[in-house]
Amino acid sequence: MASRIAQALKGAALLDFGKAFGLSLKYIAKPKATVNYPFERSPRSPRFRGEHALRRYPNGEERCIACKLCEAICPSQCIIIEAEPREDGSRRTTRYDIDMTKCIYCGLCQEACPVDAIVEGPNMEFTVETREELFYDKERLLANGERWEPIIAKNLEADAQYR
Amino acid sequence: MPKAKVNGVEVEFEAGMSVLQVAELAGEEIPRFCYHERLSIPGNCRMCLVEVKPGPPKPQASCALPASDNQEITTNSPMVKKAREGVMEFLLINHPLDCPICDQGGECDLQDQATGYGRDDSRYALNKRAVEEKQMGPTVKTIMTRCIHCTRCVRFMAEIAGQQEVGLLNRGEDAEISTYLETAVSSELSGNINDLCPVGALTHRPWAYNYRPWELKKVEGVDVHDALGSNVVFQVRGAEVMRVLPRINDAVNEEWLSDKSRYAIDGLMRRRLDRPYVRRGGKLQEASWAEAFEAVAAKLGDSSPDRVGVIAGDLQDAESMKAALDLFGGAGVPNLDCRQDGAQIGGGPREAHLFNTTVLGLEEADAILLVGTNPRLESPVLNTRIRKAWFLNNARVGLIGEAADLTYPVEHLGETHRAFEEAAGWGHPFAEALRGARRPAIIVGGGALARPDGGALVRAAAQAAQAFDVVREGWNGWNVLHTAASRVGGLDMGFLPRGGGMGAKAMMGAAGQGGLDVLFLMGADELDTRAIGPDTFVIYMGTHGDAGASRADVILPGAAYTEKPGTWVNTEGRVQFASRAVFPKGEAREDWAILRALSERLGATLPYDSIGALREKLISDHPAFGQVDYVPTGRPLDLSLVGLDGTPSDEPLRSPVTNFYMTNPIARASLTMADCSAVRVQAPVPMAAE
Repeated sequence: MASRIAQALKGAALLDFGKAFGLSLKYIAKPKATVNYPFERSPRSPRFRGEHALRRYPNGEERCIACKLCEAICPSQCIIIEAEPREDGSRRTTRYDIDMTKCIYCGLCQEACPVDAIVEGPNMEFTVETREELFYDKERLLANGERWEPIIAKNLEADAQYR
Repeated sequence: MPKAKVNGVEVEFEAGMSVLQVAELAGEEIPRFCYHERLSIPGNCRMCLVEVKPGPPKPQASCALPASDNQEITTNSPMVKKAREGVMEFLLINHPLDCPICDQGGECDLQDQATGYGRDDSRYALNKRAVEEKQMGPTVKTIMTRCIHCTRCVRFMAEIAGQQEVGLLNRGEDAEISTYLETAVSSELSGNINDLCPVGALTHRPWAYNYRPWELKKVEGVDVHDALGSNVVFQVRGAEVMRVLPRINDAVNEEWLSDKSRYAIDGLMRRRLDRPYVRRGGKLQEASWAEAFEAVAAKLGDSSPDRVGVIAGDLQDAESMKAALDLFGGAGVPNLDCRQDGAQIGGGPREAHLFNTTVLGLEEADAILLVGTNPRLESPVLNTRIRKAWFLNNARVGLIGEAADLTYPVEHLGETHRAFEEAAGWGHPFAEALRGARRPAIIVGGGALARPDGGALVRAAAQAAQAFDVVREGWNGWNVLHTAASRVGGLDMGFLPRGGGMGAKAMMGAAGQGGLDVLFLMGADELDTRAIGPDTFVIYMGTHGDAGASRADVILPGAAYTEKPGTWVNTEGRVQFASRAVFPKGEAREDWAILRALSERLGATLPYDSIGALREKLISDHPAFGQVDYVPTGRPLDLSLVGLDGTPSDEPLRSPVTNFYMTNPIARASLTMADCSAVRVQAPVPMAAE
């Protein structure tokens, strides 16, 4: 009986209401936790594993040497590589495909790569309208590499001391 | 038997074994680079170090140390491990860290053993040694910086292939494996040195960078490029056979494979017939199976059986020949032949057309007479056995036919059959050797068989064999070396002219003069198809756009040897099964299935619906096919039944194989074989003296 009376009094005094209102007032003054995406972005770790890219050396030579270690280690088997000697006799891929719909973004490919050729870059905004567009070929991956190289290089450098 | 203790476990061994072999008997794996079971022992890599008591208190190279009674061998002590780690560190000093671009990666002995005995980092701060690449021809790719100087390649070339073309030059830091005269390796067995190389210094040039060993599916098969029937394993990725490696069978090919068997597989992806064609208005046009069968059935229905001819080619499996035999033989066609080269053998006792000594038995022969054959071109792997007989047994080899470098000393007796008469007389040194031999052998090759007077030549050889007593109790020295993988299978099932029918040569002659209405070629391409007259309707069932397909009126696309389960009988009479590695290309089908479908269309349905049922029929009709991978030695043979009556001509005996790399449609479609042919055949390597 007593507790019912106490609750009734609390309700009549609008105590809960006042508390909640007070909390709101407190947060009005504080800085916002959300960002106005896509006009604002939250910070991203150098280890962020986003869209794949194939890198080149500063002199323009592609890094990938077709060792197929990424293909071997890929747990979702989304990488397909074919290789043959290039005209100058060096070992290069003739095909480097990633099925981005199968990829689980585990990052093992970039861990396996002996020459830092395949990396998961900072980009996470690669939505497309059709499924087929997510079957990346070598050309697309190299284009990604050229586009994101400044950030990728910076990220790799930042992470290098922990490797 | 002497006994030794390996890590405290006692094992019995045969006297003469090395410490390494004894340790292996006990189940201990000894790391090694230079030691190989089939080569001599140099003991130069030092990786197989073990501790041996009694003996000096230092690690010893187990491969070169004979085991003795009551020896205590320790393979897992800290001292042994430390010693091996030291050896590994020295080996890795100059070995480049380029595993990711090395074709040996994943199947590299150095890589594997470095995981057990390697340090995690290098203490070597100076520059690594670099060695210039060597040009070793179209089959061997060299990256000599990777070489660890095990000399397996040198020993293989010198001991097995018998051509001293590769050697180790200079000493110490400057040591290099090189071809002495900077020329391409010319051996037909050069691919084996790539297999033997424990590191990536010698790799397969035709397959460079194409695959990784871990992504290949392995399927056991049989080679069809010569009549030896080498055991191989097809290594497949997707729809393509990426490589062919030898499968160990001591009775056939040991673990060697000829370059043609190994590298001609790129021909399987080129010039293929992948859909049926029908000739309309003088041009071959793409057609459906129904249209092709329609055309075939219409023509066969109109022709009388004795105006139909069937020729089986060199690469056919026994099942397809059996289906053709049942279909056409059942319809009363007398003109059947599996000997497109016109070889005059078969029809007699089975042993008359077999290699009775067996390939393994040939090692024991102490006098070998070659008649009209160049085994180095007709079957290079078999040639290594003859060489082995000379190398280990001091066998004397005589040759009647074209003189050639067979990689071992050969006594040339003459070019024609007259040499038999000359040799039969007393006093001829080789004849005396053959007469006095404990295990004499005569090998008759295609150069004697595939001639108009072949039967008479075989009779002459058989008479000589009788005179020299080569077939005796427990030993049969009568050998026929065929040139086609399908040949013995065809002869065993009687794929031969029946009831006065025409043989292959007669059929081609008749087709040139309008004597045949229909000519059915089963992968038969070694014929002059341009000589076929316009009135003969040619049906070609096969795999490649070669001589047969170019003249065909209907093309039925068949399956190549990697694309069908099949049975092949090698020149010894050894029945061997092969599995399917990949599916036939495009619309193509397995040959027996094409014939089965055609038989239904012709209203004479063959009584089998599966390859299993066909094999059952094959074995019940011809029991010889029931004995799989087994060849008895010393089968009796009445030599007077061998050969045909007649007088041999005085024409010199010539091997039928002039260009080893171009003997069948698969090899002719292969770019690698074209390269080999260009380097090794057309332009012979100039000798130093020239």
